[in-house]
Amino acid sequence: MSYESMIAEMIILDGHNNDPIQAYTARPMGPGPFPGIVLIHHLPGWDEWYRETTRKFAHHGYAAISPNLYERAGEGSAEDVAAKVRAEGGVSDAQMVGDVDAAMDWLKSQQFSTGKAAVFGTCSGGRHAVIYCSKTEKADACLDLWGGRVVMAEEDLNEKLPQAPIDMTADLNCPILGLFGNEDQAPSAEQVDQHEKKLQEHGKTYEFHRYDGAGHGFFYYNRPLHRVEQCNDGWEKLFAFVKKYVG
Amino acid sequence: MCTSILELVACKGSGKSPEGWVNLTHAAISYDHPHHAMLNDAVTIDFVNKGLGAGTRVGVELDLKSAKALHKALEKVIKDVEDDVKSRPRSNDIMKAA
Repeated sequence: MSYESMIAEMIILDGHNNDPIQAYTARPMGPGPFPGIVLIHHLPGWDEWYRETTRKFAHHGYAAISPNLYERAGEGSAEDVAAKVRAEGGVSDAQMVGDVDAAMDWLKSQQFSTGKAAVFGTCSGGRHAVIYCSKTEKADACLDLWGGRVVMAEEDLNEKLPQAPIDMTADLNCPILGLFGNEDQAPSAEQVDQHEKKLQEHGKTYEFHRYDGAGHGFFYYNRPLHRVEQCNDGWEKLFAFVKKYVG
Repeated sequence: MCTSILELVACKGSGKSPEGWVNLTHAAISYDHPHHAMLNDAVTIDFVNKGLGAGTRVGVELDLKSAKALHKALEKVIKDVEDDVKSRPRSNDIMKAA
């Protein structure tokens, strides 16, 4: 068996408005070049699961980076910071795009980068991945895992969330993979169908996989939402998709 | 579920956070992923002081049934308090009786 090693560390990025934000990075040791993954954390925060998943991508040969979208809420445990952000109505889509863009630029500017990268997100991060890949042209693949509120009612739009992601479909700049549980309520199966129809209307390259017996967050092994069979199949589908479009 | 269900209520009172007692300014009530409760989704109530750090909060995660029971109990306590106040003789009545 060949020697295996990775480097995982925290760095500081110039995020949206040049605000300094932390990001967790992981990549295999060695010169590369490695294809990249930008991970957008979920609503429960920049937490241990996202650290682990960043390292999982490194284990599979990718240079990965996960920026802290909740940096401005201050120090604290991921769940306390997430609670503070939730009480403030969440982060704005514009700020998120700026922060993710900083992570993408950092990744692609590294000597160990192939110059190609996917954007991965679960839950609110799935929604954010769709927005980022519609608002910029830097991603080579979009990985939307059960992103809720891609379809939004008019009354749910506000200053922080001014446009429903589904209405950005014409501008989606890369192939998209969607993984969804049929028992999820947000996104519901009907909303996933609506999103798929919109992708078809605009001639976008996409792959949607819907799982019976699963709801929201079925990859989260430490939560009752976990569904091992659907999770394992989802990871296989995801890595195949990334291999195809990112390398 | 990835919801936007959130209600923010101004609160006056105190809560005992991991940092000790703090004056509260708000309660944030949401329905979404719990961090600790072994539930798919939970009613989360975070009592906070918006001027303090993220760690100074008093948080609970409840299933819907518990949240409904809590809501009913709060309503009953408030009704009992208000009924009790209404049933007490006002000072003017006491003066007249004397």
